[in-house]
Amino acid sequence: MIDIVLIFLALSLAFYVLFGGADFGGGILEVGLGRYRNEDLRRIISHAMAPVWEANHIWLILAVVILFMGFPKVYTEALTYLHLPMMAVLLGIVARGCAFTFRHYDTFKATNYRTYSRIFAYSSLWTSFFLGATSAAFIIGRINPQAQTYSGLFLDPWLNPFCLLVGVFTVCLCALLASVYLMGETSDPELIQIFRRKARSASIGSAVLGPGIFLAAQRMDLPLAAIFVDNVVSLLCFGIGTVLLFFFRRSLYAPPPMIAARVYGVLIVTLVIVAWMFAQYPLALRYAAESGEVHLTFYAAAAPESTLRVLLGSLLVGALLIFPSLAYLFKVFKWQTLEQEEQKKVPL
Amino acid sequence: MDNLLAARMQMAFSLGFHIIFAAIGIAMPFLMSASHYLYLRTGEERYRTLTKAWSKGVAIFFAVGAVSGTALSFELGLLWPKFMDLAGPIIGMPFAWEGTAFFLEAIALGIFLYGWDRVPPRIHWVSGLLVGVAGVASGLFVICANGWMNSPSGFRWENGRAFDIDPWAAMFNKAALWQGIHMIVASFEAVGFAVTGLHAWLYLKHRLPLHLSALRIAFVFSAVAALIQPLVGDFSAKSVAERQPLKLAAMEGHFETERGAPLIIGGLPDVKREVTDWAIKIPKALSFLAFGDFDAEVKGLKDFPKELWPPVAIVHIAFQIMVGIGTYLAAIGLLGLWLMWKKPLIFAGTRWLKVLALTTPLGFLAIEAGWVVTEVGRQPWIIYGIMKTADAVTTRPGVAFTLALYLLIYGLLIAVVTLIMKRQIALLHREGKQLAEEGGHR
Repeated sequence: MIDIVLIFLALSLAFYVLFGGADFGGGILEVGLGRYRNEDLRRIISHAMAPVWEANHIWLILAVVILFMGFPKVYTEALTYLHLPMMAVLLGIVARGCAFTFRHYDTFKATNYRTYSRIFAYSSLWTSFFLGATSAAFIIGRINPQAQTYSGLFLDPWLNPFCLLVGVFTVCLCALLASVYLMGETSDPELIQIFRRKARSASIGSAVLGPGIFLAAQRMDLPLAAIFVDNVVSLLCFGIGTVLLFFFRRSLYAPPPMIAARVYGVLIVTLVIVAWMFAQYPLALRYAAESGEVHLTFYAAAAPESTLRVLLGSLLVGALLIFPSLAYLFKVFKWQTLEQEEQKKVPL
Repeated sequence: MDNLLAARMQMAFSLGFHIIFAAIGIAMPFLMSASHYLYLRTGEERYRTLTKAWSKGVAIFFAVGAVSGTALSFELGLLWPKFMDLAGPIIGMPFAWEGTAFFLEAIALGIFLYGWDRVPPRIHWVSGLLVGVAGVASGLFVICANGWMNSPSGFRWENGRAFDIDPWAAMFNKAALWQGIHMIVASFEAVGFAVTGLHAWLYLKHRLPLHLSALRIAFVFSAVAALIQPLVGDFSAKSVAERQPLKLAAMEGHFETERGAPLIIGGLPDVKREVTDWAIKIPKALSFLAFGDFDAEVKGLKDFPKELWPPVAIVHIAFQIMVGIGTYLAAIGLLGLWLMWKKPLIFAGTRWLKVLALTTPLGFLAIEAGWVVTEVGRQPWIIYGIMKTADAVTTRPGVAFTLALYLLIYGLLIAVVTLIMKRQIALLHREGKQLAEEGGHR
């Protein structure tokens, strides 16, 4: 029972990264647009995100609900000891959602437009960074309820090299996702070339950061490499992901519509998420060694059976409602480029 | 400022902010769909313009509401971890459903907003309506959870721990039904009068026929809601009288336990002297309203230990504001419907439109006051009779700091949203003028 609920939790988180993360990526790409054709790029990003970003965002809410209903201790511990980065995430979510909407509806003056764009871009970067850092704090094992100082209680759990590196890594992954998705949103070869370059930088960034993360974990007494070796799935994901990275680099130079590159890009990120989840399982939260606490597993944190049964039922019904409607949403608004769409509208 | 007070203020502020957006998300899509329906039916361009203008409002408010709602789902844990530890497994289910409804709402809104000329008109219309249906559903689910805090059920309480958890019984607690209906009707009433009032005001200023069409649609919704509300409110109060006699006593500023209790209108409760000064008293009316019997016994505050009293003055005054506004709006609704039916010229006349323009903020004021009654009236409990608010608050330091941060950000958001709505109205005004000029030739 617990495992099935965990699968739903994992799915919501994975979807949040794959879809919501791409929306963050859209903002991250806007941070470094440069001057060349930046308005066109912005238009594509806005156009791609506008109909779907709110739906994509709700995967996070679903994950939070599963957490506090199914595993309340994980939720309350995290929101106590990790409240600072979590609040940073919330701040970012509010800022970027509002800025994006306001940019869409309130663009009568150029100065407003620039302000909204800037807030949207930087808060996307900020939010994805803190999301990464926060999730890394669950596994690194620096949470210490016995600590006596403010920094020991609330800063050390996440303000460390490992978490910060994972934060940057998350930013790269989001940018990677966004650039491969966006390649399919336009048929302008120049713009595709720009997204291609962004995808390449993002993939190089994540490839460089990967070993750094393992190293940082090792230095902080988390034998991440050993965990990966012990865990068949994680190891497999890691191996396949590394191989795919090479294929991905090659496929980037293929002519549009670049389906291979897009599939590889999404696969790589998916593998990273899966590897991560299996490396973490069944632990929900690792405490600092000096705290003397037993690491919190999902099994120990789980709500009573009667609750889980009802939660699972609700999730199943929810899935039956959500997936078909989501499929319809994507069917209507994806699978055609901005230019194709505009051509369609001209005859009017 | 100590953690408890800061946390309570932060929660009050966030909820007070979010409830405005939630109410708009519940009612506005129905107004939009009504106008959309009229457009599809008549093909008149003004209804299309109106539908689009309203849907932009829905989109802006939905986005801000969605992100502030996300913040709330974290805030519960940030501020009240011990409450969530206990409540999560018991009352998490309606939240899971709310998440689902919210999801569908976001999907339907995406299809509606960007689906003009891209999806078949019928599906397009249904998607707009679904935004509202999902909004109503999520509202009801969240209120189930709030009702549970007023009337906890679905578990056995022993030695400070919950056993035999039954999430269904928790969700369908005694408070949920009337509280939920009360709030849904209130949303239609508040949003309806706000939209009516706004368009009345705009019509008075610019004399565009578009505004008259808009306010006619909105007024029908608000008037019907305002006429239903006193009845629903009465059932709600009866339910409070049965479950939380202490809250009822505070609402009424009623200190003495007595048979044939009078209804106390207005006045200022003085907790030290245990009397409510300067009030109008209607003999036996409270007994009748609360229990349907002029001689029924109504418990007074004095019957309960003083440390369990909520802040009586706040609850009483908030309740008076809510009921006062509700009564006034019901009268306006009745009169307006009659005018619409019998005297359409007076309905569109300057004097009546001025009356309507003045109602713009009233419904929302009543909603805020009503939530003050529910939430402050439950104090000192966070879960009535089970857990005190003071015992649920987080132990981490610095809540006052986050409170300041929230105030700053939400204040900024309110300012920006107001500004944007102003510009949207200016835009609508331009379009409406164009339409009126074109229409002149036909």
